[in-house]
Amino acid sequence: MNDLSELAEGVLGRAGDGEAMEVYASTGTEVEIKVFDGRVENLARAESGGVGIRILRESGAGARVGVAWTGSLDERAIDRALSEARDNARFASEDEFLAFARPDGVAAAPLELIDPSVHSMSLDDKVALVVETERIVRGADRIRQVESADYSDFDLQTVVASTYGVHARSQRTGSFLSVEAIAADASGDQTGWGFQAGRGPAMLEAQRVATDAISRATRLLGAVKPTSMRTTAVFSPRSAATLLAIIGSALSGDAVVRGRSIFAGRVDTDVASRAVSVIDDPTDPRQFAASRYDGEGLACRRNILIDHGRLSGFVYDTVAARRAGVSSTGSAVRGGLAGPPSAGCRALSFVAGAQGADEIVQLVGDGVYVDALSGVHSGVNPISGDFSVGFTGFMIRGGQLAEPLREATVASTLQRILLDVVAVGSDVEWLPGSAAGQTIAVTGVSVGGR
Amino acid sequence: MRRARYAGAVSDDLVAVDVMERVLHAAQRRGGDFAELFVEDRTSRTAVLDQRRVETLASGHERGAGIRVIAGATTGFAHTADLSEAGLLAAAEAAAAAARDGDGVRRVAFGAPQRYRTDYDLSPVGVDKARTVDQLRRADDVARSEGGALTQVQVSSGGSTRRLLIANSDGLVATDEQVRTRFTVACVAEGDGGMQTGYRPFGTTAGYEEITDDLVEDAARAAARQAITKLAARPAPSGDLPVVLAGGSGGILFHEACGHGLEADAIAKDASVYAGRRGERVASPLVTLVDDGTVAGEWGYVAVDDEGHRGTRTTLIENGVLTDYMWDYLRARSVGRGRSGNGRRQGYQYLPMVRMTNTFLLAGDSDADEIVAQTPYGIYVAQLGGGQVNTATGDFVFGMTSAFLIEDGRITTPVRDCNLIGNGPAILQRVDAVARDFAMGGPGTCGKDGQQVPVGTGQPTLRLSAVTVGGTAS
Repeated sequence: MNDLSELAEGVLGRAGDGEAMEVYASTGTEVEIKVFDGRVENLARAESGGVGIRILRESGAGARVGVAWTGSLDERAIDRALSEARDNARFASEDEFLAFARPDGVAAAPLELIDPSVHSMSLDDKVALVVETERIVRGADRIRQVESADYSDFDLQTVVASTYGVHARSQRTGSFLSVEAIAADASGDQTGWGFQAGRGPAMLEAQRVATDAISRATRLLGAVKPTSMRTTAVFSPRSAATLLAIIGSALSGDAVVRGRSIFAGRVDTDVASRAVSVIDDPTDPRQFAASRYDGEGLACRRNILIDHGRLSGFVYDTVAARRAGVSSTGSAVRGGLAGPPSAGCRALSFVAGAQGADEIVQLVGDGVYVDALSGVHSGVNPISGDFSVGFTGFMIRGGQLAEPLREATVASTLQRILLDVVAVGSDVEWLPGSAAGQTIAVTGVSVGGR
Repeated sequence: MRRARYAGAVSDDLVAVDVMERVLHAAQRRGGDFAELFVEDRTSRTAVLDQRRVETLASGHERGAGIRVIAGATTGFAHTADLSEAGLLAAAEAAAAAARDGDGVRRVAFGAPQRYRTDYDLSPVGVDKARTVDQLRRADDVARSEGGALTQVQVSSGGSTRRLLIANSDGLVATDEQVRTRFTVACVAEGDGGMQTGYRPFGTTAGYEEITDDLVEDAARAAARQAITKLAARPAPSGDLPVVLAGGSGGILFHEACGHGLEADAIAKDASVYAGRRGERVASPLVTLVDDGTVAGEWGYVAVDDEGHRGTRTTLIENGVLTDYMWDYLRARSVGRGRSGNGRRQGYQYLPMVRMTNTFLLAGDSDADEIVAQTPYGIYVAQLGGGQVNTATGDFVFGMTSAFLIEDGRITTPVRDCNLIGNGPAILQRVDAVARDFAMGGPGTCGKDGQQVPVGTGQPTLRLSAVTVGGTAS
């Protein structure tokens, strides 16, 4: 840990006159295990590290920035990245709003994001966990194949430091167990993916993951294509989390200042029904993506984005905040070493409603239950708001889940969906990714089928 | 024009031959019947112009090695960024630890190295940055000249060079220098009904010399016009309709609808609807589908795959009959047949697996205009976005990013973005017209098990008799 801090500070020490510099350094270990038919198929171990450098040169009315990164902590590799970043800055445009984050006095939340079982559990025990998960699924009624049974974990340390005085160190561990089952009967095959994520393998449960996959695969057997209709959709926690993450991308202050958000210019107006309150809170330790610091080294904080349907604000990194004339909300995210940080949500959730999932299905009476989505990256346009995705799920008849559905689409616009939310569940499923899962009901969606 | 910085270089300098021998030896110390060293040195560059500003100029570099050891059904793998002999030996030990049976050490005798190199003049990571910046600005100007409704232009250009060295215990030694170059324009137009987007990607397995001023201007114009045209778009219908795919617009359909299901790993696990169906009719007789890594310049071109095997043209479906699957080393070995050059990986940090290269449907003999004229009502797709498939059930979705209604045999109103959904085996039977006008589509990035690799797709204009359109209009 200290080594990484020293390395980052050492690089910062090489900033030249008139240069500001930011260094993002990371180092980590990973394990990945794949099991097939009771035996280890792949076992991969790795250590990796790297450095991302941004150099800012103040000039005239603004500044220019250059970026470079290297997938190595080697001195020569860092030298090369430094000179590349410097050279790149010469060709970038001058921009009055460019700046790195300055320490803003907000203290980081005291989060415990390390589970020692990532290191203390032996490789053999980790293998045994996957073998057991696969064994349970293989032995289940109507399961004809296990397509994959995987375990992975990581221990990642990062430092973000800058010549503006930012120095943020963090470390996190994570582990992931998943299995994909193929169920079969006379009607054909269906698949179900079960998974569990946690900070360490000690909390992962083979039985739970296996049961999840078995249930998801078998309950879809005999699924039919629905007739096209306009109806109410109840989104499962997992599918609602996907939806919420997309809405979160339009709540990025960066998308807003670029005029690429459906929410631009809508602050303090009603963008959703009163049932909808959305919060981004990386300081909540239950969120898998909880984090002490953002991608620029500022403390993460709780941001209320939609309050009882009213848009209260956006998440900002330093540059987007300056363009908008506000302060960073500690919401810079980076996609690894490559590329600069940008504003984004990390840990979204709806404020829970009063009803449980079963109650919501009962309340809806007739409609569809959207269990799992597909084609999200191709079927949603977060700029226009057009929303059209594939789903598997169930008909809802008389307040109960009825026949399973496949090869169907659910469509609306993001704008309409938010206004048409009639219920947010009291259930919360903490999921990897940028959003938690909660059951929600949305009226007036178009279901495409026969 | 400046010559490419790495022109002419081969990859032997990455690791010396005697070190390769000792590393493969160490990898099999505990047993194992196959060991492989994969060394990669990758340099990339990205330049992005947004809001009329050159916001990002980023350079990246990584080098490292992945070592795998196969013992029976188990593969051990480790990777390292340390290419010293000590670093490689440590990784070899870690990979070997997974291999517990097998018959002990084998001597490795390397054959003559096979050397490959993408044919290019100008390295995308060495090209003059001022020239790149000029082209980004040129694209911005051209796009904005298309009309006042255009509010946003984002232009990006970049590329990568990937020097590879692959050596394995069968004695194979291959080196390659792969060069890929990209240029994309994304536009937003704003009208009374909100914002709409236009997107035009270009990608080639070649150098920056391909990014000509004409190409830059054409891409900018096309992206701008797409966004502006879509301002008049109506909600797409929902339900089953005939769908005509314009030539080069939708090869992704076949990539998703059946390509993934023809990858031998899915077949071996009996997790594909196409398992055990070789020799059977699986598609309309109009369908002949190939995967072809040998098409120089195409985005999915591979001189050698990431296991050191030559890129190959494989006929997957011929006149509707399933003829073959795609294979990597492991899957081909398990059934005792040759590889098809489809063992690919995102980088040295990853194990190879069966992946597509350039997958396309061959031309038929209908006339493209006639196909539209003979369609009373349906959807005309000018551009598809991404897609996704469940190989076990064959159910897939893919997004339309530019589409129109066909009414009375004529292409009429644009429709808003939406997904098409279907079942692979069913949709292959519904190809009822295939034109002569074959074209490859834009560069694709295929994701599988968390790994991204560049792929190409292509098809002639063709019609599907019925596909479920996921719109909102009734």
